[in-house]
Amino acid sequence: MPAPLLEVEHLRVEFPGRRGRLVALDDVSFSIEPGEVLGVVGESGAGKSLTGASIIGLLDPPGRIAGGEIRFEGARIDNLPYEQMRRLRGRRIGAIFQDPLTSLDPLYTVGQQLVETIQTHLGLNAAEARRRAVRLLQETGIPAAEARLDQYPHQFSGGMRQRVVIALALAGEPRLIVADEPTTALDVSIQAQIIALLKRLCREHGAAVMLVTHDMGVIAETCDRVAVMYAGRIVEIGPVAAVIHAPAHPYTAGLMGSIPAMDEDRPRLLQIDGAMPRLNAIPPGCAFHPRCQRAFEPCTHARPELMTAGATRAACWLHAPALQAAA
Amino acid sequence: MTHPLVEVEGLAKTFDVSPPWLNRVAERKPRQFVHAVDDVAFTIGRGRTLALVGESGCGKSTVARLLVGLYAPTRGRVVFDGVDASGSARPAAIRRRMQMIFQDPYASLNPRWKVKDIVAEPLREHGFAAGEGGASQRRIAERVGELLVSVGLTDADADKFPHQFSGGQRQRISIARALATQPEFLVCDEPTSALDVSVQAQVLNIMKDLQVRHGLTYLFISHNLAVVRHVSDEVGVMYLGRIVELADKALLFSRPRHPYTRMLLDAIPDIHMSGRSRTPVQGEVPNPLNPPSGCSFNPRCPHANERCRIERPKLLAIDGVRVACHAVEERRV
Repeated sequence: MPAPLLEVEHLRVEFPGRRGRLVALDDVSFSIEPGEVLGVVGESGAGKSLTGASIIGLLDPPGRIAGGEIRFEGARIDNLPYEQMRRLRGRRIGAIFQDPLTSLDPLYTVGQQLVETIQTHLGLNAAEARRRAVRLLQETGIPAAEARLDQYPHQFSGGMRQRVVIALALAGEPRLIVADEPTTALDVSIQAQIIALLKRLCREHGAAVMLVTHDMGVIAETCDRVAVMYAGRIVEIGPVAAVIHAPAHPYTAGLMGSIPAMDEDRPRLLQIDGAMPRLNAIPPGCAFHPRCQRAFEPCTHARPELMTAGATRAACWLHAPALQAAA
Repeated sequence: MTHPLVEVEGLAKTFDVSPPWLNRVAERKPRQFVHAVDDVAFTIGRGRTLALVGESGCGKSTVARLLVGLYAPTRGRVVFDGVDASGSARPAAIRRRMQMIFQDPYASLNPRWKVKDIVAEPLREHGFAAGEGGASQRRIAERVGELLVSVGLTDADADKFPHQFSGGQRQRISIARALATQPEFLVCDEPTSALDVSVQAQVLNIMKDLQVRHGLTYLFISHNLAVVRHVSDEVGVMYLGRIVELADKALLFSRPRHPYTRMLLDAIPDIHMSGRSRTPVQGEVPNPLNPPSGCSFNPRCPHANERCRIERPKLLAIDGVRVACHAVEERRV
């Protein structure tokens, strides 16, 4: 079996503060196979964007990786010096962010930004790089790509800008793309276009994707596997269909039930009472137990690790063979 | 027969976005206008919910602001309970009976005010506790406590500041403030768009409970069709300032007529992966400064013909729904 493209093991991210350290990510482990699309879903503050930022080495200080390893193509990348990481990022690992306006420089034309990226990472001369830039823009479905290359980001609409950002991410022919909420700022009709485009291009270019989003619909459409995060940890990970149709963790089940469905009528939505705990007040045991209707004795003091639960893996004592009788 | 609570007739709002006078003279630039809302008409019955959906820039928030009087209409009128309530000239008695909930709970609450002052402001403004002195202060404090409890917060939260609350809790404070004057009609402009799904579910449930308990009438603005399907009785779909389809919820979702409505429904990522084939619609919303002639959807519409490019379709009653589309009218789709 070939090695996974990306392996994250026991990742821990901390923010030192005046009143002690805040642990934003705690013992996060997962892997991404070549060409695979892994979705990472969760609510604001669950740590999904931090996971992406750790992988591309863009964790904002004072946040720092305090433990664990990130391996890319078998080699550790979490402790690389800045200059080496800079060469890897953009070349082997691409990134797409939520807001396409802030990820483009308003003072340079789209062409200058694309050509610069291509020249930096692929070492082509200016004419070749420009030809390649035109081809990339054409691939992302931008009409009149040759002429658009000399325009500035403000002359593009939101959807067109996100296409440019995707072209930029693909410029170095990366093996992995970390896409952080790539469609959240877009209208639904444009969102559908961008998702279809991202899926098609990554398949054509053979790039794996880590797709960070809060939208279960986008996950269902796009991903092979999905990791659900809660309070800095992965609570469930598995194939998309299994996680959506037979969620093993009560949080995943609650999350699925709280989404208004298009194909059924319910007078009330299922709701999870309360809110996700703050990082400085994560309860002992399972972080979800105060909100969990199925919580029982071990949940209040012992923290569950990911364990096999049907077709997925869930961090929940309900699935511990030795404890199932007690539940 | 009693009249509906809210009637909107031929409502239009035009914004002047012309360059400054000197530029117009020196650079010979013309005046420019955006027709943010054009010829919008609907009615909302007591205790019912009308949802307006559409993409950014379609004018749905402008309609909300026109209804509560934050903008004065360029043309047309808003009739509330039989009384003309267009613009800022509306009587105070009418203003008390309609309130608004805004999208961003971080921007719509004054960060320097305590929750009790935020929720009490409409009470003071509308003279709920007339007179000075301890008795009226106590009445207000009592009422604020009741309101906070009714949205799932506690009495003790009255002495906190907005920053001490999460987004969902802040939106509850907004709802409590809107309910302070016991309004009959609430205009909700994307009330859950800034919230996480589990929190969104909590807020939507509260809004439904309050509607049943107080017989509230809602105008619910959203871009999220799944949310709209959950909360509304009737749905109006807007595109570039006009309503293109207005129908009962069940009809609109089971049998969408307008090509734009179909496109919107098709664009929703399908969480249950029922294998529905999706065709992402090509193109984007045109620039509202320079809308296409005829039907404004014609450049993106697969059924557009010569007539669609020349003549603007009217909102006609067809098969129990109201739809503005030549192709539907001519039975081409």
